[in-house]
Amino acid sequence: MLSKRLIACLDVRDGKLAKSVRFVDTKDIGDPVEKARAYYEDGLDELVFYDITASSDKRSIMLDVVEAVAKEVFIPLSVGGGVRSVADATDLRLAGAEKINVNSAAVRRPALIAECAEALGNQNVVLSMDIRRVDVSPACPSGYEMVINGGRTPMGIDALAWAREGERLGAGELVVNAIDADGTRDGYELKLTALIAEAVRIPVIASGGAGKPEHLKEALTVGKADAALVASMVHYGDYSVSELKRYLHSQGVKMRMAW
Amino acid sequence: MRLSLSGHATAALVTDPIVIIDYDAGNLRSVQRACAQVGAVAVISNDPQRILAAERIIFPGVGAAGSAMRSLRRTGMDAALRQAVADGKPLLGICLGLQISLDHSEEQDTPTLGLIPGETRRFRLDQPELKVPHMGWNAVRPVKAHPLLEGVAPEDEFYFVHAYYPVPARDANQYALTTYEEDFAAAIGQGNYFGVQFHPEKSGRFGLRLLRRFIDWDGRC
Repeated sequence: MLSKRLIACLDVRDGKLAKSVRFVDTKDIGDPVEKARAYYEDGLDELVFYDITASSDKRSIMLDVVEAVAKEVFIPLSVGGGVRSVADATDLRLAGAEKINVNSAAVRRPALIAECAEALGNQNVVLSMDIRRVDVSPACPSGYEMVINGGRTPMGIDALAWAREGERLGAGELVVNAIDADGTRDGYELKLTALIAEAVRIPVIASGGAGKPEHLKEALTVGKADAALVASMVHYGDYSVSELKRYLHSQGVKMRMAW
Repeated sequence: MRLSLSGHATAALVTDPIVIIDYDAGNLRSVQRACAQVGAVAVISNDPQRILAAERIIFPGVGAAGSAMRSLRRTGMDAALRQAVADGKPLLGICLGLQISLDHSEEQDTPTLGLIPGETRRFRLDQPELKVPHMGWNAVRPVKAHPLLEGVAPEDEFYFVHAYYPVPARDANQYALTTYEEDFAAAIGQGNYFGVQFHPEKSGRFGLRLLRRFIDWDGRC
C-alpha cells in the first residue's frame, strides 16, 4: 500500500533558508543544504525548495544549492519559484531537481504547464497553487481564488477550476497552498484541500498552516491529501521529521517507517 | 577510432566500470550521483561501442516507451543492449528501462526489446482515491532470493513514479511484489539482467544499498 508522504519545504532567498509568515516578513534561518541533509537522514519522504530570491541576477545561486543538495540527498527533490520557461525548468533538472514546480507564470500563461509536461514528463511537473478564501461570486464559484506573485496579486480565477485545468494541461501533481493559513500554524485549510483532492485524479499536497502533528493527520484524512507539506514546525526544531512520522503512523496513517 | 561490433579495435577502447545508457529519457544524472555516493564512477553514454565495452550497464529512464524505443533504434543501442545481455554483463533496468526490457508495452502500443518475456500494462484501478501515476513510497516484498535484494525486508519502502507496470510472462522472472490495489512485479530478473520498477537512486539508503550490490554483482543469481 502506498504511503502518505511528509514533505518539507525550504524557502531559499539568495542561497539562504528563509521562512515567511503569510508570505511577508521573511527572515534567514540557516543553511539549506545542511537542513536538507538532516531531514533526509531523519526519514523525510520528499524535499521542496522554493526560490524566493527577488533579483533575477542572483537566481543562479539556487542552481548551486540544488546541485549541492542533490549530491547528498537521495529522495525526490522538487524545486520551484520563478520558473517561467522550459529552459528554466531544464536548468533546475540538470542541477538535480526531480520535479519542477510552476506557479505564477503558469497562471499568467497556462501553456507553460503543457510545455513543461511535454519536455519533462507529466510526473515531473508540479502545479503549485497559492489560494485565498473569497466570497462566492460568478468568477469564483468555489469561494477560493488564485493569487500570484507570492500572494500579492489576486487573479479573479477560481481555484477549483484552475486545479482541473492544470490537470488537463498535464500537471502530475498539485500543491494546494492556502495563503490565509500560511505560516499561522493554525492548521491546513481542510475544506479547500478536500475540495480539490476530490476534483482531480492526480496527487494533492496540502500546504500552509501546519503547526501541530494533529494538523498533518487532518490533512491526510479529512483533507484527503496524498502528502502534507511542513515548514516552520520542523525548521525551528519544534518537531522532528521522524517524530511527526511516528505520530502519524501511531494514528493509523500509512507512513514509511524504515529508512 | 572505431571498434566494430565483431570486436576489431582500431584503437584501444576504454572499459568503463559502469555505463548509464543515455537515450533522452531523463534523470540520468541522479543515477550517476547515486553511483558516486556508493563509490562507483559511472559514465553516461549513447555510444553502442562504449556500452559493449563496459563492465556493467545501467538502463534507467522515465518517459514514454515509444520515443524511448525510437531513440534506442536510431542509435543502435537496442542491438548493443541485446548483445550485452548475451555477453553475460550485469545489467540493471530502472523504471522505463525495466518496462522496455519486456516484449511489448501498452504505452503507444510499442514493441519493446524482448529481453524477458512479458508485457507492460497501464494501471486501471477501481478505487477512485488511488491516483495514477502510482507516485510515492511503497513496500517492495521479495518473493525469491536474489543477490541484489539481499537484506531487503518485506516492509522496506522504495520510491515509485509510474503509470504503467511490468507483467512478466513467467513467475520465475518475478523477484519482488508491490501492492497498488493489486500486486504487481516490482523487480524482475533473468540471469545477468535485473530490473526494478522503483527508483533506487531516489529511495534513500535502501536504494543506495541496492545500487552498491549491483556494483558488486557478478551477474549470477
